Amino acid sequence: MDIVSLIAAKANYWTYVILLMVGLYAMVAKNNLVKKIVGMVIFQTAVILFYVSIGYKKGGTLPIIMHGHDHGHGVESVIKAADYINPLPHVLMLTAIVVGVATLGVALALAIKVYQEYGTLEEDEIRKQIELKG
Amino acid sequence: MILPIDLIVLLLVIISAFAAITVKDLLSASLMLGAYSFLLCLLWTVMGAVDVAFTEATVGAGVSTVFCVAAIFHTTRRTKD
Repeated sequence: MDIVSLIAAKANYWTYVILLMVGLYAMVAKNNLVKKIVGMVIFQTAVILFYVSIGYKKGGTLPIIMHGHDHGHGVESVIKAADYINPLPHVLMLTAIVVGVATLGVALALAIKVYQEYGTLEEDEIRKQIELKG
Repeated sequence: MILPIDLIVLLLVIISAFAAITVKDLLSASLMLGAYSFLLCLLWTVMGAVDVAFTEATVGAGVSTVFCVAAIFHTTRRTKD
């Protein structure tokens, strides 16, 4: 098994790890506050990608019951749960997306208040002004 | 050789994430973040999570981009990194 097919078989999880590292790097090493917030959004969506990848099945269809309307014709079709993608991680991640946007809004509001107080968004200049004041 | 669409979308997601944290302009960074959210919406559709896909398209790519642009309108576009 060569290395390309080894990576392509788990491409979702490799992408998850790369996005997690990109977001963590931006949160720790970037100097601008908005860049840190962008890193936080990338980190959150990486975790959402991990959860959706857990529920994915190769060859599975959408989690909507097929033949749901033929009860009146006397033909009862059997529902096989193995044919459907697992919808439980999707439902959890719907909440996570909305919470992520709320967190983004609060973080940007705090960044606006910091800008009104110090006149800059750069972390080192803010730290310099705090040292001059105190 | 036919490339599968999910690998192409995953590659574009990684490229746009790197672009969002490396551009030297905050307005460009927030628009690249909107493009990143929209590519993630395509990825959820490919992976069969359609409810997550349209929540991401409205809330992630729509509202969060508007929030970022409004915050940059109230502060500044200038950045050092």
